[in-house]
Amino acid sequence: MLKMPDLDEGAIARRLSIADDLRAIVPGEGVIVDEDERRPYESDGLTAYRTMPLVVVLPETVEQVAEVLKYCKAHGIKVVPRGAGTSLSGGALPLADGILLGMGKFNRVLEVDYDNRCARVQPGVTNLAITHAVQDDGFYYAPDPSSQIACTIGGNVAENSGGVHCLKYGLTTNNVLGIELVTMDGEVMRIGGKHLDAEGYDLLGIAIGSEGLLGVVTEVTVRLLPKPETARALLIGFPSSEAGGDCVAQVIGSGIIPGGMEMMDKPAIIAAEDFVHAGYPMDCEALLIVELDGPEAEVAHLIDRVREIAEGLGATSLRISESDEERATFWAGRKAAFPAVGRLSPDYYCMDGTIPRNKLPLVLKRMNEMSAQYGLGVANVFHAGDGNLHPLIMYDANNPGELEKAEEFGADILKLCVEVGGVLTGEHGVGVEKRDLMPAMFTEEDLNQQQRVKCAFDPDGLLNPGKVFPQLHRCAELGRMHIHKGKLPFPDIPRF
Amino acid sequence: MTETLRPETEAQLAEAVTWANSERLPLEVLGSGTKRALGRPVQSAHRLDLTAFSGIHLYEPEELVLGAGPATPMAEILEALEEKGQQLAFEPPDLSGLLGSKDSGTIGGIVSTNLAGPRRIKDGAARDHFLGFDAVSGRGQVFKSGGRVMKNVTGYDLPKLICGSYGTLAAMTRLVVKVLPRAEKSRTVLVRGVDAAQAVMALADGLNGPFEVSGAAWLPAGLTASSGVGYIRDAGVSVAALRLEGFGPSVEYRCGKLRALLAPFGETEELHSHNSRTFWREIRDVVPFHGDSRIVWRISVAPTDAPALLASLSHLKNQSAYLDWAGGLIWLAVDAPRQGAAEIIRDVMAPIGGHATLIRGGATLRNAVPVFHPQPAPLAAVTRRLKASFDPNGVLNPGRMTEGV
Repeated sequence: MLKMPDLDEGAIARRLSIADDLRAIVPGEGVIVDEDERRPYESDGLTAYRTMPLVVVLPETVEQVAEVLKYCKAHGIKVVPRGAGTSLSGGALPLADGILLGMGKFNRVLEVDYDNRCARVQPGVTNLAITHAVQDDGFYYAPDPSSQIACTIGGNVAENSGGVHCLKYGLTTNNVLGIELVTMDGEVMRIGGKHLDAEGYDLLGIAIGSEGLLGVVTEVTVRLLPKPETARALLIGFPSSEAGGDCVAQVIGSGIIPGGMEMMDKPAIIAAEDFVHAGYPMDCEALLIVELDGPEAEVAHLIDRVREIAEGLGATSLRISESDEERATFWAGRKAAFPAVGRLSPDYYCMDGTIPRNKLPLVLKRMNEMSAQYGLGVANVFHAGDGNLHPLIMYDANNPGELEKAEEFGADILKLCVEVGGVLTGEHGVGVEKRDLMPAMFTEEDLNQQQRVKCAFDPDGLLNPGKVFPQLHRCAELGRMHIHKGKLPFPDIPRF
Repeated sequence: MTETLRPETEAQLAEAVTWANSERLPLEVLGSGTKRALGRPVQSAHRLDLTAFSGIHLYEPEELVLGAGPATPMAEILEALEEKGQQLAFEPPDLSGLLGSKDSGTIGGIVSTNLAGPRRIKDGAARDHFLGFDAVSGRGQVFKSGGRVMKNVTGYDLPKLICGSYGTLAAMTRLVVKVLPRAEKSRTVLVRGVDAAQAVMALADGLNGPFEVSGAAWLPAGLTASSGVGYIRDAGVSVAALRLEGFGPSVEYRCGKLRALLAPFGETEELHSHNSRTFWREIRDVVPFHGDSRIVWRISVAPTDAPALLASLSHLKNQSAYLDWAGGLIWLAVDAPRQGAAEIIRDVMAPIGGHATLIRGGATLRNAVPVFHPQPAPLAAVTRRLKASFDPNGVLNPGRMTEGV
């Protein structure tokens, strides 16, 4: 069972008076204590975990956010920030003794500035809404997590979200120019802006992907890109995942960086085809979608080069999209892969490791062995260009012990990712889900240094505690240095 | 007397930093030392020489990653990449000509200063390509962060903090960067005779279309004389320049369309491979200010703010300036040896935002005025706490960025 920070019974006992105090800051409907109204906030995209928050607060202004945080700091109350609650790692899982700070009312696009190719938006604006606001003028916002219709840009900043286009266009961290961040002290900091490379230490870089542990984002300046002139895709079937992997390596090795490059294994192909009838070939072991975007002349040229590579590697089938509709069909199966697997199995558990790409055949082989060992099926979709793997473990939560078995299987997969030189999470975040696996990748000192960074922003550990770090240490304890003057031998280092 | 410590292993490095903590003695952290003229001078009797941590230990072109010791010379890295038709896409500048240092330094130096060239606008800065590291913190502790894969959100993104921290947080022993294919072809579209305001508009038009512009600069007439490209030097008029890179057919196609789009701004011209490369190397390495002794500033602003900012600084003594990053980067040289015009520049910038960094100036000047743009109080406070979290006794490059940090 997941261990969360020790419960602050005092805060729970004071629920109503805390709510009253908060109403003085956020008037009207913005403070929720009623149990039924708190219920919708009890979990995020990682629905296996649920906790009813102490109080839900829905501020509307930056001043309110700052005042709420100041109040919580003064009274030692924990705070969990939340965007749309789509986190797949439990980043927005509430705490029974902490307030849930929902940022959904910050839903306005504040400014679109084409001359400087950026937009200032509030954190509750959805990822896709940014693109919608600028697409008629030929622009878009590049990172495109699969939840983009629902997830907010504030959540994207917290999680450093990716998507299928990040090999070519980068993650959130590469596409955000500035943020406004409110710290637990209620201090409103503006980091970066419309210019490049914020000055001094890269506070923007450290805030992005910090999973709501360092501050609450109240404004984001994103980079806008002009829409590519055209995009076309190839749908290529291979007789083995090795051949598919070789194709990815050769495409990149020949200097081509596709806009998107996705691979699916046989179980995922079958599930997807069965669900959306995208016309996927059923006689292959691995299916690759390669999307090339850019000027017409470039795309035509590169399609030919990718086709040559694929044919040279024994592709069993190859189709090239002739229209945007056809390209959308190629993607339809991939984009529906999660729900498609959901139809085959009562429940599924989505993992998110990243591996060096050339380790794919090895990892798939080991995963199939584990699948037999655990007696649970697994389907794989893979952001092939950047090595980000999403194994979907199929299980039935109604069978006693099967959820635990699926979690163990998942943990073994992630440990395998680390073992071959990869990492625990490529884009979903650590949250509560992978928290206790962190020691598989990091030493105690690696984690201590990360927590010291947390201490520089939130010394009392009130912001989103229980996430990311398997063990909570007091900041004073982490800061201490044990050095005894004169006792350290120093004979071996060359001196000049 | 300066004493140099040259640890040869990670354990020795940790021991050296621990010793410095126990003695409360600051260390100046150095690779090849070519960037000592950047940032504030460190007052220290002890140098921590990292040259033993050199050499490429990982290069997998198809995986787009390269790992090396921080003291690996840039020349060695670039040669290895060139051989496989790859590059560091952020286009690290070689500031040796500007700063009078012996060569282009090390990969650790580039990462620690987060420098980037003209391609910054398209492909990002060093920070965007720095994937992971092993290091010894200012606490004398061995630690790591990041990894060797592109997509990684496991824990805080400490590589971002280390990048651009001028060696004030940790001394690296290994680092991993993302590498990308080198473009097959490079061409540059020139628009002649435009002033700064017209240039920023023209560059924006180029960047806002589907042309994948990978460089956008403006050189005023007064600075064209330094160019090794005849088309630029001999015409003697200002030029706005937009670089297009990629596969042959694509570059040709985009070039044609871009020239048509920009024709209303003035006479257009094209630079092909060799000239195009030379021109952007000059922009990247600040060649227009080589060979003089003026103070040089690097100013990062929103591109559309650049023309007005240039106008309000035009009264400075013997000043000249050119634009990169579509106007977002101003390289400014000025004759102001005593104060560097620091206050004037930063006062003018106060209402518009951005930051100005003193790049070239004597040690006395770099001690006297803030080299990096002063931060608002809350940011400065977090900066100090972050420094303390890595290096509580201030033994690694203290004062290199700001006093007390």
